[in-house]
Amino acid sequence: MSDTHAESIAFVRESSLPPAAPPDKVGGPLKWVKDNLFPTWANAILTLVALYFLYLLLAGSLPWLLNGVWSASSLSECREILDGASGACFSVLSERWHQLLFGFKYPSDQYWRPTLALVLLFLAAAPVLFIDLPRKMLLFTGLYPFLAFWLIWGGPIWGPIFALLGVVAGYIVYSRLVQKSFAMALAGGIVAAVIVWYVGGFIGEALRPASPLLEAIPSRDLGGFMLNMMLGITCVSLSLPIGIALALGRQSHLPIVKGICVVFIEFVRGVPLITLLFVANVMLAYFFPPGSGVDLFIRVVIMITMFSSAYIAEVIRGGLAALPKGQYEAADSLGLDYAQAMRLIILPQAMKISIPGIVNIAVGLFKDTTLVSVISLFDIIGMIRGPILASTDWNGVYWELFMFASLLFFIVCYGISQYSQWLERRLATDHR
Amino acid sequence: MTTFSDPPKASFRPSMLLSDTRYRSITFQVIALALLVTAIWYLGSNLAANLRAAGLNISFQFLGNPAGYDINQTLIPYTSQSSNLQAAWVGIINTLLVSFLACVTATIFGVIAGVLRLSNNWLVRKLMAGYVEIFRNIPVLIWILIIYTIMTAAMPAPSAFRGDDPASTMMLGSFAFTNRGVYIPGPVWGPGSMIVMATFVASVIGVFAYRRYATKLLYDTGRLLPMLWPSVAILLLPTIIMFFIMGMPIGLDYPALKGFNFRGGIQIGAPLIALWFALSIYTGAFIAENVRAGIQAVSRGQSEAAAALGLRPGRVMNLVVLPQALRVIIPPLISNYLNITKNSSLAILVGYADITATLGGITLNQTGRAIECVVLLMLFYLVISLGISMVMNVYNNATKLKER
Repeated sequence: MSDTHAESIAFVRESSLPPAAPPDKVGGPLKWVKDNLFPTWANAILTLVALYFLYLLLAGSLPWLLNGVWSASSLSECREILDGASGACFSVLSERWHQLLFGFKYPSDQYWRPTLALVLLFLAAAPVLFIDLPRKMLLFTGLYPFLAFWLIWGGPIWGPIFALLGVVAGYIVYSRLVQKSFAMALAGGIVAAVIVWYVGGFIGEALRPASPLLEAIPSRDLGGFMLNMMLGITCVSLSLPIGIALALGRQSHLPIVKGICVVFIEFVRGVPLITLLFVANVMLAYFFPPGSGVDLFIRVVIMITMFSSAYIAEVIRGGLAALPKGQYEAADSLGLDYAQAMRLIILPQAMKISIPGIVNIAVGLFKDTTLVSVISLFDIIGMIRGPILASTDWNGVYWELFMFASLLFFIVCYGISQYSQWLERRLATDHR
Repeated sequence: MTTFSDPPKASFRPSMLLSDTRYRSITFQVIALALLVTAIWYLGSNLAANLRAAGLNISFQFLGNPAGYDINQTLIPYTSQSSNLQAAWVGIINTLLVSFLACVTATIFGVIAGVLRLSNNWLVRKLMAGYVEIFRNIPVLIWILIIYTIMTAAMPAPSAFRGDDPASTMMLGSFAFTNRGVYIPGPVWGPGSMIVMATFVASVIGVFAYRRYATKLLYDTGRLLPMLWPSVAILLLPTIIMFFIMGMPIGLDYPALKGFNFRGGIQIGAPLIALWFALSIYTGAFIAENVRAGIQAVSRGQSEAAAALGLRPGRVMNLVVLPQALRVIIPPLISNYLNITKNSSLAILVGYADITATLGGITLNQTGRAIECVVLLMLFYLVISLGISMVMNVYNNATKLKER
């Protein structure tokens, strides 16, 4: 084509012109505002209504927030400082800071212990949450539960040490036998662990020091946001393996096993958590051997774990059902037995599908730990409704306290859900 | 040539219980059953021993005894002399009431927020995202407490409505927002009002019949009858005419300040409102996400194809997009309803007399019958939950994609 006009064209530009700026009406912020805020009449009205609503919200809350008083020792003093002006009494937070975080019975000279446990928690959780970190860090994750238990409850160090030894012994037996048969390895591991715990109980009793390194703190002294965190983390991590077992049981072809799992899951999912907490509070003690006196914290952990494992089981069952049948058949055709097929082929994929659901359950469960305030445990809500609002100094400071609690929960829950979205993208292996 | 090998004829050996898949499943089931029976026996014997030690027994006699406490909101006759069973019934009806109300409003909130999250208006989209994130990430228990505090600490007392220049006035002269609850006008049923209500029920049935007939006509003959206006007319006209024929038997009773409190009308107590509003705005955030996911799940090609067939936008929505979106929306919606019902048990925090507060709270504490009360309580919620999931299964089967 270009040859045709080769002689008729006098000048051919050899370099391209720099692009001209678009006209004002098709680009720039004005265009954005018109497209996104005022495209049609109805939309413009919607925008104005939304703007007015925002104005009302900010006009109502900003003066109150910015005019907050941070240094007063009681509500009346705070009102004196404010002198009729609108303002928040944030001083309740600074004055009751430790009560909100640790409860009102935890010895104040020991606050460093739960704080250290929290810091170490990040270190322990990091390799689980971020799969790019060195796998050696998982060793610390394995140690963490025992360390955290010792830090928070204190007492003789032999308890956690023998608990750890039992787990190690169980793991060694398991890894020796797992080549032969998974079921045998599992049973052998459990037996070995129980033996070590049983023997360790006697040795620990004999070695009991006169004054332990860390002062023992009974679990009824735990409280505040610490209690919410402890319940949430303990119950979610305990309920994951139980949930997997229940989901596999519900999927299995053995009618009795399946029946047991279905009845358990449907029963737990059918009742509100609060009734299960009532069970923990008033009923569960009847089911333990007379005189064993299992304390309320453990009873609550048992019931919440039951609750969340049923929900997690349903999520994982969804993941198992979503796997194409070919995966099961491929595992069979490789000659893998049930345990191998599950561990190596099915569960890794099913768990990946289930991550968003499991995170939802975890977030929901963490929010539900506030329910323990109903059975008179002093978690953060229990502290606010009980000792703080009932005290003469701070009777009537609702908003600041509820706002603080909401903020804590929002940060944690929003953080977890953002993490799960990141993980989903990170694990995405399909080519989209 | 293929040669078929005979199935192993070896006789049964005990080692086959573990190594042969035919017998192994039986082994595992026997082990599971044995463990279960042992666990039940162990827990049961502990229970029996503990009860014997405490001198207790399991008995449901207490249900017939007088409850001995008052309940602030009763929809069925109840006095403090009524039995514990009657108190439990009051609680059940209150639970169902607040759950039903919260389901309706949560759906409204959720649908509005979910649709607005997909709006092309940037500001509205962001506001709704903020609503969803804030309400989903903060425990419902805190929301109940916050709204209850607004109801009781921030609303004026009834005495603020007194005097020539009162601090607060009733909205539209008929709604009073006080710290004891909201007072609204209530209906007064005169003689003949039953006939008006019966007419209304008949009109509702008539509307359904008309729409069925119109659809059938459309499918059979292709004739399109107008839908909207005839439906409205069938729904309202007969009732209005009957209302005037019977001489206006249904009136309104307005609340009025008498003494220290409002009298007349319907009082909606602060606990009910706090629970109702908190549950619906909290669950609304979850429903909003379901609605958004459901609408986004219908691929764009579907609405484009419908438009290409010449359907008008309203029909595209009604006949093509909504039926497909609802398939995705309804199952999580129903499980959200279930969550509302279960979360309504938090009523005990704000003193609303639901089943958890009557049977699981006061009755339990007064009679000391912990096991019986908690078991009955769980049974009630279990029946509700299983009932709702049965409905859900029926729905799922009815709308399942028919695949071959």
